[in-house]
Amino acid sequence: MSDARSQILGSIRRALRRDALPADKVAALEARLGDPKPNLIPARAQGDAKTVVELFADMAQNAAATLTRVKSARDVPGAVADYLASQNLPASFVMAPDPELDTIPWSERPTLSIRRGKSEGADQVSVTGAFAAVAETGTLMMTSGPDHPSTLNFLPETHVVVLPASKVVGPYEEAWTRLRAAHDGTPPRTVNFVTGPSRSGDIEQRLLMGAHGPRRLHVVLIDD
Amino acid sequence: MQSTTRDFKDNVKKAIVEPGLQKALGMMKTGFQVRRLAAIEKLPEFEQLRDQARDIKNHVLENLDFYLERFERKVTEAGGKVHWCRTADEAREAILGICRGVGARTVTKGKSMIAEEIALNDFLEEKGIEPIETDLGEYIIQLRREPPSHIIAPAIHLNKTDVIDAFQKAHTHLDPDRPMEEPTTLLEEARGVLRPKFLAADVGITGANFMIAETGSTIIVTNEGNGDLTQILPKAHVVLASLEKLVPTFEDAATILRLLARSATGQEFSVYTTVSTGPRRPGDLDGPEEFHVVLLDNGRTNILGTEFQEMLRCIRCSACLNHCPVYATVGGHAYGWVYPGPMGAVLTPTLIGIEEAGHLPNASTFCGRCESVCPMRIPLPKMMRHWREREFERHLSPASVRAGLAFWAWFAKRPRLYRLATGMAARLLGLFGRANGRYGWLPLASGWTKGRDFPAPEGKTFMNQWAKREKAS
Repeated sequence: MSDARSQILGSIRRALRRDALPADKVAALEARLGDPKPNLIPARAQGDAKTVVELFADMAQNAAATLTRVKSARDVPGAVADYLASQNLPASFVMAPDPELDTIPWSERPTLSIRRGKSEGADQVSVTGAFAAVAETGTLMMTSGPDHPSTLNFLPETHVVVLPASKVVGPYEEAWTRLRAAHDGTPPRTVNFVTGPSRSGDIEQRLLMGAHGPRRLHVVLIDD
Repeated sequence: MQSTTRDFKDNVKKAIVEPGLQKALGMMKTGFQVRRLAAIEKLPEFEQLRDQARDIKNHVLENLDFYLERFERKVTEAGGKVHWCRTADEAREAILGICRGVGARTVTKGKSMIAEEIALNDFLEEKGIEPIETDLGEYIIQLRREPPSHIIAPAIHLNKTDVIDAFQKAHTHLDPDRPMEEPTTLLEEARGVLRPKFLAADVGITGANFMIAETGSTIIVTNEGNGDLTQILPKAHVVLASLEKLVPTFEDAATILRLLARSATGQEFSVYTTVSTGPRRPGDLDGPEEFHVVLLDNGRTNILGTEFQEMLRCIRCSACLNHCPVYATVGGHAYGWVYPGPMGAVLTPTLIGIEEAGHLPNASTFCGRCESVCPMRIPLPKMMRHWREREFERHLSPASVRAGLAFWAWFAKRPRLYRLATGMAARLLGLFGRANGRYGWLPLASGWTKGRDFPAPEGKTFMNQWAKREKAS
């Protein structure tokens, strides 16, 4: 191994006045890592399914996201089309190649023009799903993979997220527990926790929306 | 970065009479503090979370060798590479090697204080690679070729007119008569200029707010999304991080994340919290093909095991800067190096030496606001005092200070004389100052009275009043 590596580890051990940790100590630390326990979870993030969905809707809007609620997946194409029209945006978008999104009857709205894939930068609007949503702060959790290119979360000016209510959890820890279960140890390359649209306060501390990421973040929440 | 910390006193003299700076700093005093308070009032568990966050980081520091090795193993398993670097020089060379490996001509950068610490931009430019800062504030100061003045709001010392000037000079391809009065048009312009640079960059360099030992992941926290475009578009993503950024698990990061944005900007959560693990996976449609973590020591292991160890808990939220009366008066550039404010007053001497940075731990009244707002409960005033002690022990303090302290020590060790003399002084000053309640000039105190009045004592010393109170109760 490199000199730098052994020197750094050596100076840490010297500073802590000990050698490499003994086997029993290592085993205890491995056990802590092998079975991660949540620390204190704020009371706000705890509640039944209905409560956390309501909290998510409130918190997301507090973070300047917009949100419409629909009764079923059948209502999603209409909700998306209405939203785009309300913002004077064209009825066309790039969509994540996500089998879950493909179950939505998009063809019932033939005016919508849909391309599936990643974004190269020219798309005005993207539509994606989400792995989970965290009610605590109104945060969407999106994971990269063949069904969800990360560029869709950042390059288009408008990002529409289709979110079944069953994906809403209370705290971040619960979302991560679901991720561990789905991905067996190694998380996907990119996990994006997104709370509202992009912003910057770098000019005279004035809050300006749409810095490099999307200017608008819109959630279509399906009360399934 | 070249330090001007030795010139702190001169820097301060210039800063306090600089109208543009004072105007910009004036806006700071209300914003951050009010928003932080509002955010923590909405989270009743805030104080308990501070205790847990402190304990998590202490646990990591006690087992840092284990967690670093474990982190490296997981990064490697996920297909990434860890570069261990003792010094700034080694870190710069490691980054250059990665850039050369992919034939990089341009590099986009997310905001990274470590990159400032190792003066990465100048180095890359020398080697013919163009670094492009993408955080709006960092972009502005890069155009002005100046260092950041705040750890999360790098351009906080500037006013809108400064930004307009910088954009006029740099964006010569745009109509010189374009309207630029509205901050939104400036943001729009920066977005427009930077977008093609994001798409063209060969390497993206970000910092890390956390590294997770359990999974070999790194986490960055931003509001603009620039750190994300920086890492998902180029061929290689380089994470530049100092080694104390480790936490064991995602759960541990979540606890500290609940404190970070609230302490920093008063947001409940930053807009983008991004967890990155290794390069893109088979089947992924985007994401970097290479993932490198440049792990920098640069003096941190020297702090471990000393009275400054607790400083390694710092998460760079900037709450201590935002609540510091000294920072709010002199701004960040006066501190002369990368880290300003109370955290800089403690950290800078550990990294560049007390000989160079001796002024910083002295620039404090020990009002204690920094410690009271620090989410990681770092005892900043106590550590500034440690620095003053070291300075004194090593005979680095000026002769006048040493003589003054020696006189005071002689005096303070003779309590009767001390009480008699201070009692008399308080009575006299009270008597003569009664008319206007303050002094505009006092013998031996011109250093004070040159800048402000000295309030006239009301005739009794603290000791007098205390004794009286004790008797009464």
